[in-house]
Amino acid sequence: MDSDEEEVEVQRVPLSLRPEWSDVTPVSQNDGPNPVVPIAYKEEFSETMDYFRAVFLADERSIRSLHLTSEVIFLNPGNYTVWQFRRVILEALNADLQDELDFVEQVASDNSKNYQIWHHRRWVAEKLGPDAVSKELMFTKKIFLLDAKNYHAWSHRQWVLQELGGWENELDYCQQLLEDDIFNNSAWNQRYFVVTRSPLLGGLEAMRDSEVRYAVDAIISRPENESPWRYLRGLYKDDTQSWVNDPQVSSVCLKVLNSKSNFVFALSMLLDLLCHGFQPSKEFKDAVDALVPDPESSDSELAKTVCSLLEQVDPMRANYWKWRKRSLPAKTV
Amino acid sequence: MKEDLYLSLQPDTLPSFRHLIGSSEPLSTAGALTPLRSEANSSSDFINGYRMGEELEAEKHVNYILSVEKKKDDFESVVMEHIRINGAYWGLTTLDLLGKIGVVDSEEVVSWILKCQHESGGFGGNIGHDPHVLYTLSAIQILALFDKINVLDIDKVSNYIVGLQNEDGSFSGDMWGEVDTRFSYIAICSLALLHCLDKINVEKAVKYIVSCKNLDGGFGCTPGAESHAGQIFCCVAALAITGSLHQIDKDLLGWWLCERQVKSGGLNGRPEKLPDVCYSWWVLSSLTMIDRVHWIDKEKLVKYILDCQDKEKGGISDRPDDAVDVFHTYFGVAGLSLLEYPGLKAIDPAYALPVDVVNRIFFGR
Ligand SMILES: [Zn+2]
Repeated sequence: MDSDEEEVEVQRVPLSLRPEWSDVTPVSQNDGPNPVVPIAYKEEFSETMDYFRAVFLADERSIRSLHLTSEVIFLNPGNYTVWQFRRVILEALNADLQDELDFVEQVASDNSKNYQIWHHRRWVAEKLGPDAVSKELMFTKKIFLLDAKNYHAWSHRQWVLQELGGWENELDYCQQLLEDDIFNNSAWNQRYFVVTRSPLLGGLEAMRDSEVRYAVDAIISRPENESPWRYLRGLYKDDTQSWVNDPQVSSVCLKVLNSKSNFVFALSMLLDLLCHGFQPSKEFKDAVDALVPDPESSDSELAKTVCSLLEQVDPMRANYWKWRKRSLPAKTV
Repeated sequence: MKEDLYLSLQPDTLPSFRHLIGSSEPLSTAGALTPLRSEANSSSDFINGYRMGEELEAEKHVNYILSVEKKKDDFESVVMEHIRINGAYWGLTTLDLLGKIGVVDSEEVVSWILKCQHESGGFGGNIGHDPHVLYTLSAIQILALFDKINVLDIDKVSNYIVGLQNEDGSFSGDMWGEVDTRFSYIAICSLALLHCLDKINVEKAVKYIVSCKNLDGGFGCTPGAESHAGQIFCCVAALAITGSLHQIDKDLLGWWLCERQVKSGGLNGRPEKLPDVCYSWWVLSSLTMIDRVHWIDKEKLVKYILDCQDKEKGGISDRPDDAVDVFHTYFGVAGLSLLEYPGLKAIDPAYALPVDVVNRIFFGR
């Protein structure tokens, strides 16, 4: 909101001095004394709100009311009642909704995390239907340039894809975002969303092979990144057996363990594999033993050794790893 | 605007519900205020589990909250005008947890709350504002704090909420129809507090929430949306209130949640995001409800929250040395309450109200 402040101060003529508002008596918020403070911005804000209350109470669905809601929104885009009244006016005036999208974009440029803006945007897009697709995908893209993890924008984009379409380039777009930042969990989530839900790609099973390779590469480049590890596991949703048996999965664990750095998630996945019946070769035991600082603490059971090691290297979650050790299934090796 | 405004204090952001949770069998965190102990860190500068010199400035926080309530003249309060009811909930609940709600004139608060009610039965963020479930839950919670739920026309309020359930079991936040698991939580929590849960289709409501579960065990705002600690709180709490916690993969979710603790001891809300005091509440309450709170390093988290205090003027901020606000003050104190910090009333992780208030509602005390 900070950056609007100056613009408004420069251009603004008080409503009380504008002829088109001379017939309106402003209404102040009736929640008790509201002492006036010599802050220019605050006065403008109060005055604008007072006029807004007047047209709102009179239910005046006019062009000037629409303009007034714009002013209020620029001063405080969080006011729920103002947005709601704006929709009522837009409907009554049968206003051009493409213009409305431009208005929202202007407001969003400074307030991309404002909940009301997204709510309103969706309302407009829904009315426009498939005509809105390209503009909506472009709009969210712009937001992601500023904040690639904006939760509202992701939610909006997913809604657009599912309700209005536009899936064609979505996997490429995820790719691009992950190239910019491989740690972007929102982009990983979107990738999973596309792979599992796009009507064009054939679903999770059809995509699994290529996606496993993608996740493995991402892990090798940054093994400390929790997102691709979870993504990899998610690719075997409802098919744990394939996950346990796929050599690509165990070998990426082994590779990371052998690199001897950033191996917490590799140990964790190995532990999960062991708990689900994975039979480790000697290479796995050697790789883990090589990480144990004190050979005395190595256990004949690999899973126990892994737990003890995790307890040491991830002390913040020591209780979790202790619990994992206590709850190991009887037949792990 | 701050990081993760989505859930934070902004007016726009409709924060308040997130913190408000419930369960028909109150998940009592109550009981003795046992000091924290962690095997990892038991050096001698800990007394009763707390580091010497790091203390909760309880009295200053009380003064801070009272001063915010009085200050109707500064810019922040003008901008907050339309969510005053959320602000009131944060402030008053904090006062109650600190044992100081008695200093507030309850008559005045209750009569103001009633003036925020709309003819539809829902509540607005202030007098004359449009209704939304967000504000409606805050209104009910505030009345609960003062043992005044009985002043409501229960049918009227509950019918407003019931009318927002959609065919698939989800809830919209208002007549404009936006769907979000936050609204599922708010609706379920509100109706439970009004003893009206049987008025909605609980089975469908649960089914919708479960459809928002992700591969990492967490939940998002709609099916397929990224897991986010705030949404997780809403979903876990709604499942807790409806007796459906078995729908959660507790071990998987518990691990994801405890991975949210970063080196500084604070918690973030998603991977690779900055820690923030408000997540002390969302993550911790979720962990508490699934009985996995011992998986994080509690001492480090206590220290992080205490480091976010303004030790001069009171109040708690999102991160050390940032400006304080009521929203983070509430979450900091509520988080400490879940961590059983001495001298604080216990808070219920699902209803986001003091345990004694919840007990009064469900067990007649
Ligand atoms: Zn925060």
